[in-house]
Amino acid sequence: MNIKSNIALSDSGFIFNPDTGESFTVNPLGASIISYLKEGKTVADITIELTKVYEIDANTLEKDTEDFLGLLKNFSLLTDG
Amino acid sequence: MADKRKLTIAVSALNAIDSPGPGVAVIRALREAESFDVKIIGLAYESLEPGIYMHDLVDKTYQFPYPSAGVDSVLERLEYIHEKEKLDVLIPNFDAELYPFIKLESTLREMGIQMCLPTMQQFEERHKMNLNEFGEKYDILVPKSKNLNDISEIHRIEEDFDFPVLIKGKYYDAHVAYNVEQAKTFYNRISAKWGYPIIVQEFVHGMEYNVTGLGDGTGKTISAIPMRKQYITDKGKAWGGISISDKRMLDLTDKFISQTKWRGGFELELMKDKENKFYLLEINPRMPAWIYLSVGVGHNIPEALVKLALGEKVEPFGDYKVGKMFVRYAWDMIVDMKDFQIISTLGEL
Repeated sequence: MNIKSNIALSDSGFIFNPDTGESFTVNPLGASIISYLKEGKTVADITIELTKVYEIDANTLEKDTEDFLGLLKNFSLLTDG
Repeated sequence: MADKRKLTIAVSALNAIDSPGPGVAVIRALREAESFDVKIIGLAYESLEPGIYMHDLVDKTYQFPYPSAGVDSVLERLEYIHEKEKLDVLIPNFDAELYPFIKLESTLREMGIQMCLPTMQQFEERHKMNLNEFGEKYDILVPKSKNLNDISEIHRIEEDFDFPVLIKGKYYDAHVAYNVEQAKTFYNRISAKWGYPIIVQEFVHGMEYNVTGLGDGTGKTISAIPMRKQYITDKGKAWGGISISDKRMLDLTDKFISQTKWRGGFELELMKDKENKFYLLEINPRMPAWIYLSVGVGHNIPEALVKLALGEKVEPFGDYKVGKMFVRYAWDMIVDMKDFQIISTLGEL
């Protein structure tokens, strides 16, 4: 699962989907995850990166990241590839 | 730098009200044209159309007969205006005007007034009343609709449709009816204002999108700008919108233009349902009130339309800026009573 390549993300966490015209805001953690996705990182990679910054166990973080990706998918921000 | 040529262009639909006509937006775009300067002649139906009083946009306004007055009255008034102003181009911006102007196209051309309009066939077949046939002919998804000419037919719409349904007028007006009683009320209200038939249309739930564009009459897309409505008034008009890049909307527009060989400006009204399918709800055969967004994204559609009207070759614009928004606003102009008096009594200002 990848984030659509044309999705725009600003430093303040504002997301714009140019295909649909929809916009969203995410908190700094959400913005970090989207940035990692844009770099092509997998959920496992993202979990490793975030556990370096946040005091949380890898399993919980992985589960929360998967939930967040589910949300992004619902809003048509991800591709299936 | 050489002076730009100056064109005298007549523009109608100066009613920049809560359900605005496109005239003022078209004029703003023409004022920003790179290839010509303009003298703008406004054509107004009512004395309180705001564009009449926007003297920085409109150089002179003439009262104009309603299309219902007939082709002869329209022509007579235009002859008078043309004698005084020597019009180069005329841009009618109301659906209801197009029929008389398409009829008058060759006469006006002989007089020296050029227009860029769809043909009568294109105008007729895209009509709301013919949308089912249009969808079938060009393989475009449209909601099911039926034309009613007798109120007794309202009682039988449940045989063909599930509520809610849309009750629509021939040219304008659309209301959502949730039962037969409401459908009857809207039927009576709309038929009293716009005549027959009344169109009953399947209600598609979803998100509203529009495309405005320009076809050159050979099947080529000169411009296509998809827009998502972000703020919708209680009259269903976009008060804010944003340019987007949905490829399926662009493909649908190309298909519409290439198959119909559409000539002139247009607006496609689309609904995206929850399965992400686009339904074509209406084809408006003229530029929309939000046409100034086209200038904002880098395609001055009104300028290109004028060049097509003059018989000049216009190349497709290509890319446009995605993520440009328009946000409409209302403001109060202070107008001298004298201006109102002059346009009301003399019919020109």
